[in-house]
Amino acid sequence: MARSGGWVVPAISLMLTLVLGVLPLPDAIEAARPDWMAVVLIYWSLMAPRKFSLLTAFWMGLAIDTLSGALLGQNALALLTVVYLADKFHLRFRVFPVSQLAITVFVLLFLYEFILFWIDGIVGRNVPFAERWVPPFTGTLVWVALVYVFNRGQRQAQARL
Amino acid sequence: MSVPGRTAAGLGRSGFSLGVRFVLLAIVCVALMMLDQRQQHLQRVRQALSVVVYPVRVLVDFPFRAWHSASVNLTERSALIAENEQLKRERLEAEFRLQRLAALETENERLRQLLDSTERVGLRALIAEILSVDMNPYRQRFVLNRGLTDGVFVGQALIDAQGIVGQIVRVDAFTAEAVLITDADTAVPVSVNRDKGLRTIAVGTGDSARLRLPYLTNSADIKIGDPLVSSGLGGVFPAGYPVGRVVEVNLQPEQSFSEVIAEPASALDRDREVLLVWNDEKVPGDSKVKPAAGSAVAPTGVKVAEAR
Repeated sequence: MARSGGWVVPAISLMLTLVLGVLPLPDAIEAARPDWMAVVLIYWSLMAPRKFSLLTAFWMGLAIDTLSGALLGQNALALLTVVYLADKFHLRFRVFPVSQLAITVFVLLFLYEFILFWIDGIVGRNVPFAERWVPPFTGTLVWVALVYVFNRGQRQAQARL
Repeated sequence: MSVPGRTAAGLGRSGFSLGVRFVLLAIVCVALMMLDQRQQHLQRVRQALSVVVYPVRVLVDFPFRAWHSASVNLTERSALIAENEQLKRERLEAEFRLQRLAALETENERLRQLLDSTERVGLRALIAEILSVDMNPYRQRFVLNRGLTDGVFVGQALIDAQGIVGQIVRVDAFTAEAVLITDADTAVPVSVNRDKGLRTIAVGTGDSARLRLPYLTNSADIKIGDPLVSSGLGGVFPAGYPVGRVVEVNLQPEQSFSEVIAEPASALDRDREVLLVWNDEKVPGDSKVKPAAGSAVAPTGVKVAEAR
């Protein structure tokens, strides 16, 4: 693929991810909505480190904050943290088999939810914790699906590096 | 797939190491949160960002809107005629009731004049559509397609055909964010619409089918089926609109307050259109009445001010 057009695919994928994050879902499964942006950015950080910089995570976090009416910087800080960890330890993580990697992703997504919950608590917002383990779980499933769908292409890309 | 590791250059990489960049950006985030916590500081930033993400909201809402209009277009002619007939009948009934209400309201106003107290002068309302955009699932919020350009303001009340829906918490250029009365962080001053008019506060629970009335003593005169209307205290919600109906009264002899649960009157999670209300309430002793302006604004209720 031409290098000059390299920003088109990421930009579109980020836009789609933003859309997925606010797409209306039936009430029954709404609580299980994965944190799409976190899943996608973690995926890229582990599979192709430095594809998206921390600055991208920051701006996408602010976009989510604006869309979801959260405190400005809340999702941005949570996204920054998980992307930083994924980026920092990607070499160590990448030798893991997929099953172990999935657990790592779950932990990162749980950390993401926990940071959001923590900030909600600090500013005194009245938010339940009971259902918050569900999005990391569904997010991990989405991540596994992403790996199985795109893994082949990724391996070839890595071989070229 | 493009070559990973290369494309990042276009997405803003500075000369700092990963850790330093993380710490710097995290500090920016914390600073933003601290400023945003005091609502007014970041209003401009919020509004600018909201304009930036406006396309995402429109993009998400579009398929639902298209489906809605398609389903209207594809409805059978006979069904439309039947619906039209039914609406005409309903309108006739509503108008009949409105005539009686008009007479009552003039009478009420005359009596108030005798008592030398003025209250409601009139309400203006504007129809707003709810965008099909999901926000934080833990908070009962939604986005409307009206903003600063329509004169929407923070704290404005929202009603629908059945009663009070919520209020505006944030306004941007083209959109506004509203919070339902059932959000866990909101409360509505209500009075029980039965002979004595007991006043209390209805608090949201986070469940769009339940409201709590936590400040009623065990001896309070309240029972299942009591209708609750807004009392107008606090000045946010107009007085006299239905809020809900009491569905559960649990007396707790060991505590001083009883647990009372009410069910909201309006169809909070099924609405697609709501009314934004301008509460042109007159302060006693103040003779000025705010002018009702704007072509899109339809008067609701009777403008008693003109009769005076």
